[in-house]
Amino acid sequence: MTLVYMRYELLRTLRNRRFFLLSLGFPLILFFVIAAPNRHVHDFDGSGISFPLYYMVGMASFGTMSAMLSCGARIAAERAVGWNRQLRITPLSPRAYFRVKVLTGYMMAIISLLALYAAGTLLGVSLDASEWLKMTGLILLGLVPFAALGIMLGHMLTPDSIGPAMGGGISLLALLGGVWFPLGHHGFLPELAQFIPSYWLHQASHVALGGHAWSTKGWIVMLAWTLLLSGLAARAYRQDTGRI
Amino acid sequence: MSRGSIEGMPAGPSNEIQLSGLVKSFKGPDGPIRAVRGVDVKIAAGETVALLGPNGAGKSTTIDMLLGLLMPDEGSVSVFGRPPAQAVAEGAVGGMLQTGQLIRDLSVGELVTMMASLYPAPLDVEEALELSGISDISGQRTNKLSGGQTQRVRLAVALVSNPQLLVLDEPTVALDVEGRQAFWSTMRAFAGRGKTVVFATHYLEEADAYADRAVLMAHGTIVADGPTTEIRAMVGTRTIRATLPSVDVDELAALPGVSSGERRGEAVVLHCGDSDAAIRALLSVHPDARDIEIAAAGLEQAFLALTGDGPSDGQPRGGVSQPSAGGLGPEGASR
Repeated sequence: MTLVYMRYELLRTLRNRRFFLLSLGFPLILFFVIAAPNRHVHDFDGSGISFPLYYMVGMASFGTMSAMLSCGARIAAERAVGWNRQLRITPLSPRAYFRVKVLTGYMMAIISLLALYAAGTLLGVSLDASEWLKMTGLILLGLVPFAALGIMLGHMLTPDSIGPAMGGGISLLALLGGVWFPLGHHGFLPELAQFIPSYWLHQASHVALGGHAWSTKGWIVMLAWTLLLSGLAARAYRQDTGRI
Repeated sequence: MSRGSIEGMPAGPSNEIQLSGLVKSFKGPDGPIRAVRGVDVKIAAGETVALLGPNGAGKSTTIDMLLGLLMPDEGSVSVFGRPPAQAVAEGAVGGMLQTGQLIRDLSVGELVTMMASLYPAPLDVEEALELSGISDISGQRTNKLSGGQTQRVRLAVALVSNPQLLVLDEPTVALDVEGRQAFWSTMRAFAGRGKTVVFATHYLEEADAYADRAVLMAHGTIVADGPTTEIRAMVGTRTIRATLPSVDVDELAALPGVSSGERRGEAVVLHCGDSDAAIRALLSVHPDARDIEIAAAGLEQAFLALTGDGPSDGQPRGGVSQPSAGGLGPEGASR
């Protein structure tokens, strides 16, 4: 019975222009502006991967993070107009509500991902089918903590404050994750980055080098963030709704 | 006090709504605010009940507990023998909450269809739009509606769920007089399908005209509960108002047929159990009485008599100030 509900939720999201600007237009433009002049760099900053691949996945991380966190923006907007209370007196369970929100986020993330893959291919990114698939799988998996973060923020912030909070938060996460530019190989920043989920999201690009793009540490960090943020999201929901 | 029930159906938890010993407090800046302080109500299936009281009486808090949106600190709620959460999950409850706008980026028809899809046995979307009087704006985007239109869409969302119990919290606040009449005729048609309707209002006329029964709330408790006619009967049925400058009110209150009296400037207002006897007595003693008005007491007056105080928040409670029976309503005029 949530299929019809899901369909309209998607339709609403597709009709929202702000989303397209933030998670589709912005990363696409940045990608072309930054990667096009450097499209012949094959080993970017000693990372072993080409400049276009580095930036394709970088911008994909940015776009998909935005897509997932925009779940939160939609939740905050629904709370502000009292719609969440209206939904709570329908048979739609909170679980189903969040499932729909997260799935919608994923749909948008996939659109953003495909657009950047197409753009990357235009600038010479070429991977095996298995590498494309593996990379996509890792990115989609790496978005799980961001879905939880979106739900948490959606229950803590107002629509007015969530915009700046998301914009700033995503930019910071992108910066610390090495999405904008490589963090170098020594010192504090690259050490810190390994504890940031956006870093591992971006590391999915290393499938091109063969082997495992995520180390054991990567898996543990992502799992830890997922558990922590899910717990915090559940708490934010309970506090917001007054449910014990 | 009598309580309506559907013929042939024995009263019992499975066809009753029971609010038992409800208590709810909120944290306030100066200690806890005791919003609801012990509410006991039973509502039979098929009844239309008004929860009537001024702002801050605890109506919305009670309704939130009825809908399972709030957990009571004490007491329990049973909706046709089930906890509210279960009744809601089964689609037995539909509601229109006090505040709320609509979500954006959908047309009216799409929004109602979306909500209908969540219920096991919804009304036809067209029918819900028709009942709510918004068939003509079905294609319009939800963020481009007037206040009244928004309210009707919210009604359509509540109706499309086709619930056994329909709960409305101050449903006509954003409507003009015409809109209100249309709203209540819709509601009557819906209640006529054997549905149970509970609505909160501070418009006395609405409770009077559209409910089988009124539950009066003040300061978080129930101060009266019964058919609206009974409540009016409890405080004298009519008032006489007359200009009589220099007469002792206590003397007038002792006249036959008069239960109490008060002075309002030049005028006196007499609450009468038997206004026929009272007016004869008054005119024989004071043939100089002028500007005489006799009016049926509205619920507001019953309310004031029962709670023994005026509106504590200074808000007008009458809403539409239509007197309940011809002439100037004595209530409201000089408060």
